[in-house]
Amino acid sequence: MQKSLHIDPGKCTGCLQCEMACSLENEGVFNPSKSRIKVFTFHEEGRFVPYTCTQCDEAWCMHACPVDAIVINAVTGSKDVKADLCVGCKVCTIACPFGTVNYNADSGKVVKCDLCGGDPKCVSSCPTDAITYVDANATGLDKMRAWAAKTDNSVSADA
Amino acid sequence: MAWTRQLLRVNLTDGTCIAEPVNMEWARQYLGQRGLATRYIVDEVDPKCDALSPENKMIMATGPLTGTMASTGGRYSVITKSPLTGAIACSNSGGFFGAEMKSAGWDMVIFEGKAASPVYLSIENEKAELRPADDLWGKSCWETDEILHNKHQDPQLRIAVVGRSAEQGCLYSSVINDLHRAAGRSGVGTVMASKNLKAVTIRGTRGVTNIEDPAKFMETVNAGKKVLAENAVTGEGLPALGTQVLMNVINEVGAMPTRNMRESQFEGAHKISGEAMLEPRKSDGKPNLTRNGGCFACTIACGRISTIDREHFSVKEKPQYWGNSGGLEYEAAWALGSDTGIDDLDALTYVNFICNEDGMDPISFGATVAAAMELFEEGVINTSHTDGVELKFGNAQALCWAVEQSAIGTGFGADLNLGSRKLCQKYGRPELSMTVKGQEFPAYDPRGIQGMGLTYATSNRGACHLRSYTVSSEILGVPEKTDPLATEGKAGLVKAFQDATAAVDSAGLCVFTTFAWTLDDIAPQIDAACEGDWSPERLVEVGERIWQLERDFNLKAGISGAEDTLPDRLLKDAAKSGPAKGMVAGLDKMLPEYYELRGWTADGQITAETRSKFGLPG
Repeated sequence: MQKSLHIDPGKCTGCLQCEMACSLENEGVFNPSKSRIKVFTFHEEGRFVPYTCTQCDEAWCMHACPVDAIVINAVTGSKDVKADLCVGCKVCTIACPFGTVNYNADSGKVVKCDLCGGDPKCVSSCPTDAITYVDANATGLDKMRAWAAKTDNSVSADA
Repeated sequence: MAWTRQLLRVNLTDGTCIAEPVNMEWARQYLGQRGLATRYIVDEVDPKCDALSPENKMIMATGPLTGTMASTGGRYSVITKSPLTGAIACSNSGGFFGAEMKSAGWDMVIFEGKAASPVYLSIENEKAELRPADDLWGKSCWETDEILHNKHQDPQLRIAVVGRSAEQGCLYSSVINDLHRAAGRSGVGTVMASKNLKAVTIRGTRGVTNIEDPAKFMETVNAGKKVLAENAVTGEGLPALGTQVLMNVINEVGAMPTRNMRESQFEGAHKISGEAMLEPRKSDGKPNLTRNGGCFACTIACGRISTIDREHFSVKEKPQYWGNSGGLEYEAAWALGSDTGIDDLDALTYVNFICNEDGMDPISFGATVAAAMELFEEGVINTSHTDGVELKFGNAQALCWAVEQSAIGTGFGADLNLGSRKLCQKYGRPELSMTVKGQEFPAYDPRGIQGMGLTYATSNRGACHLRSYTVSSEILGVPEKTDPLATEGKAGLVKAFQDATAAVDSAGLCVFTTFAWTLDDIAPQIDAACEGDWSPERLVEVGERIWQLERDFNLKAGISGAEDTLPDRLLKDAAKSGPAKGMVAGLDKMLPEYYELRGWTADGQITAETRSKFGLPG
């Protein structure tokens, strides 16, 4: 079963545990500026929104790459950057409509979310379940359940 | 490791920013943040100096766990000599600024001297420079934050700033970071402004490395997060209601200081409580509280994010205050509300916004207004002092007027900005000031929670709840329940809380973790992150060494044991209602034993033996 990151901004408190878990896993350092997931704060509205790659099926980044350095991970379905092939041309960062592929000046390569190979650390570090890793074919389950719970069984259509 | 081992020394007189290695021998003795920075202050600042002179120094300091994934590991403190008390000041703040400083590669920044004209410090990793801030002087914290973000074209910049109150010399001005987090107490912002330093901007992209044992560290971090999540206070109460979870609880036990501490229960408490913040209001059906928010790395997330009712008189004509911002914490709700007898939640939220916008400590501000209200009701001051405003207990319009005056230091605001002690002295009624060593009380009446009386009397920064929060034991039963009305055993309890808290404050962690964590949860995280062995016992020893060092600074500053006391109102006037009815604060029953436990003489001096035991300097 393929799984997908599922983000519920309503649960996010903006603590950045996900950003640090991401940078630790991928760069070996606690460093939000090196994270592949970003939490955006909308102060006036009182909202926190985590944002990262959605792993598009027809991934713009993958199609745009001139050296085929972005490949599909057969197990997780993630689009992974092959660092040894990437030439740092940044065309994928332009192609991505969502801004979730970014250049790392220290390495001269691009970086993006690779779902940590199937065990995303942003998920295990999140204290409020704002980020979960769920069945890719049922990411709407929580919302469906919430609406289903509002069903008023006391009024029957037959009555 | 975990320390960056580098500090930045900024000489404002000379305009220089120079890196130097951190004294790691001191780090081993004082850990970091509060402890380590105090060691630097003791070494470099004459305790007798004028706090607002260039001779005073100000340190922004992180702890070894700041900037890591340890839950709440984003704290920094501002350490200096206080203009409000003349004692050592250490004010701790969350938000994201401290972690950014660490990520830029600095354990601390020491500010010395005074700039000839307004400046701000810009830090980008190893690069640091002072830049002109003439255009920022006279601007609020919020305006300055916006201007600097625009000027640097960098939304990820983290900023700490002082407001107009500090520029005007308000003696209890805070340093505000990330718009609504504050190094709040003792006037640390006033010291910053006295140096013509308006703001510090930081962008740090180096991250925190140097963790001694990364795998072990993450194991201990995850264990710690689990303990916080499963605890009723840190896992449920604080996220849902914030520190405001306490309002109704403390009122019930009769320890809610009311109307300048004349009473100890407030009839309007339920209207300004955490629960009240969840009630939908008539105008738009929304509650005061929008949601909770976390500081850097914090898995508790007690922060309040609130709006004010747009129909409320305070903001009806001011759309700039219609959005979300930092909402009421318990201390602010108490000082602005119960202590002034005001039960208007929207008015208190507005006044709290202004305290953040122009950097006043809402505890000291509220308590000073409360003292002014009593002076007014006693006829000592009248409408000729207050522009015609009826500064009476319960008058929400008067409170909103007062905060606007105080924010810019105009009219009667200049009097309010003296703080309660100097205000009451000025008008010849010093006994009406509810302060210890010049700092206003926080939200626990020591007649109803006896341990807090000793806490306030002996706190090294003047009246303060965060130096030994025995409320935890006496009311909440953490780590074990003690009788709030008893004085027996409280000397030892206060000392134990003081020592443990000093260690937590020096680690880079938030003291709120200690509702769930003991040093047995904290020590393994420090031990895995830092070189050397860090046991709970060593943390207690470090905490006590810090306490003794702070005390030594205060004694040398001329603050003797005679000032380890409380106002007569708490020592002689009995509580009028609640479980503590008929009781006074039994300080005399606790203080001698406390001195003995500390290794001090009967008049509160540190003995030679104690000095040598903790290796106190000269």
